[in-house]
Amino acid sequence: MIELKDISLAYAGRTGPVLALDGTSISVGKGEFAAVVGPSGCGKSTLMKLVTGLIKPTSGNVSVDGAPVHGPVKIAGMAFQNANLLPWRTVTENILLPLEIVEPYRSQFRAKKAEYRARVENLLEIVGLQGFGDRFPWELSGGMQQRASLCRSLIHEPKLLMLDEPFAALDAFTREELWCVLRDVWQRLNFTVVLVTHDLREAVFLADTIHVMSARPGRIIETRKVNFARPRDLDVCYEKDFTDTVQVLRHKIAEVRKA
Amino acid sequence: MNKQIESAAPWLFVVGLFVFWELACRLLSVPTIILPAPSAIFAAFQRFGGPIATNSFVTLWTTMAGFALSVVFGLILGLVVGWSRTIYRSFYPVMIGFNSIPKVAVVPILVMWFGIGEVPAILTAFLISFFPIVVNVATGLATIEPELEDVLRALGASKLDVMRKVGIPRSMPYFFGSLKVAITLAFVGTVVSETIAANKGIGFLMAQAGSNFQMPLVFAGLIALAIEGIVMYAATAWLEQRMTGWAFRSQGSAAA
Repeated sequence: MIELKDISLAYAGRTGPVLALDGTSISVGKGEFAAVVGPSGCGKSTLMKLVTGLIKPTSGNVSVDGAPVHGPVKIAGMAFQNANLLPWRTVTENILLPLEIVEPYRSQFRAKKAEYRARVENLLEIVGLQGFGDRFPWELSGGMQQRASLCRSLIHEPKLLMLDEPFAALDAFTREELWCVLRDVWQRLNFTVVLVTHDLREAVFLADTIHVMSARPGRIIETRKVNFARPRDLDVCYEKDFTDTVQVLRHKIAEVRKA
Repeated sequence: MNKQIESAAPWLFVVGLFVFWELACRLLSVPTIILPAPSAIFAAFQRFGGPIATNSFVTLWTTMAGFALSVVFGLILGLVVGWSRTIYRSFYPVMIGFNSIPKVAVVPILVMWFGIGEVPAILTAFLISFFPIVVNVATGLATIEPELEDVLRALGASKLDVMRKVGIPRSMPYFFGSLKVAITLAFVGTVVSETIAANKGIGFLMAQAGSNFQMPLVFAGLIALAIEGIVMYAATAWLEQRMTGWAFRSQGSAAA
């Protein structure tokens, strides 16, 4: 689904060019749940922008869904640490926003509005927000806003979901709740996920594959498969294999932070 | 009970202010030519009710015309300036420079161009009040959350899409907020122009009354202006609430 080959990316900093990524290669298969972990400032967010076609690499090739990326990919949904919902729109209207932008929905938006609204209702139910469609974002808790944000990133049925620390601002309980929401949505709708996170337990619990990045300039220094049976239950977080995996990743990141 | 006191408080304060003023004038026997007591001012209101009303009306409509111009041009210019960083950077110094010019200095030029009358007053009101609108609209557009812009651009949204769906609605609270500042400034502009060169309007009335040493009438003019200002401010504040209530409600909500 995603192929990044020998990507380097430099941008103009205050004191000359800064190398954000250097020789990064990642490959994510169709339907795979990939997580990217690494120390802060290692260029994980840059990676997201590269994959979605918002920026171009200085050198190297990016291809998504079998085609080289030259501009916005349009088949991706994105969600970030901040839910970024528009306060003047209701939850439903917020979730409809991508359909007002992306084709083929855009040109049919007026005609098929009822159908799209039903779709929103369906998604809201999947993430546990049924009945909240007519509320405004500021009437929802942080966890609920993040669920709505997830719906917005999924409404146009993207083949690819890009998540940039989506649960980082939530409390521990809400976060674990949302892990399960994401797990269930992914198993139900079967898209490819790239999850950028600082939370190693989150990565191990959710992902099929974990890519560890080095400090800047970012490179992938290790790729690990996670083989716990699916569907995974939160209890898996307390098994020995799980904690061992987290431990190994932790050491790996401690190492690159020192280097 | 507390609520009642709170809603009555502004009225009580105004009444208190006038009572204090009246007492101060009487007890210290301040000459009317220096500071007329409120009773003298109200007497002037009764005596010159007709002229005050007609001139107030002239000031009101010229102010509204100037304000309307600054809303239209301020909104357009604000959208243009907020559209891109390059435009923002190139326009800004000139606009700040222009805004720093005292508008009193511009009135004689306007009079040379358009003659004595309502047109210079309208234009002065416009020139003095459009700047806050431009700045506010531009700020609203320029502070779109970059992540949200990424979300939309990754879907193939054009700059126009981003502006229509996010930028413009987002800048509306800034816009309506700036109207409250702009409307009071517009009054200042009109009256400055009327004082210097006009044959109608409250500014003209006050200048005339001043040169005839009719101080109660000068103060009656000031109070008429203040009342008009408060009414127009309240009208724009009401409009702001109506149009962008979401911006007020979202503050202080429990959602975090």
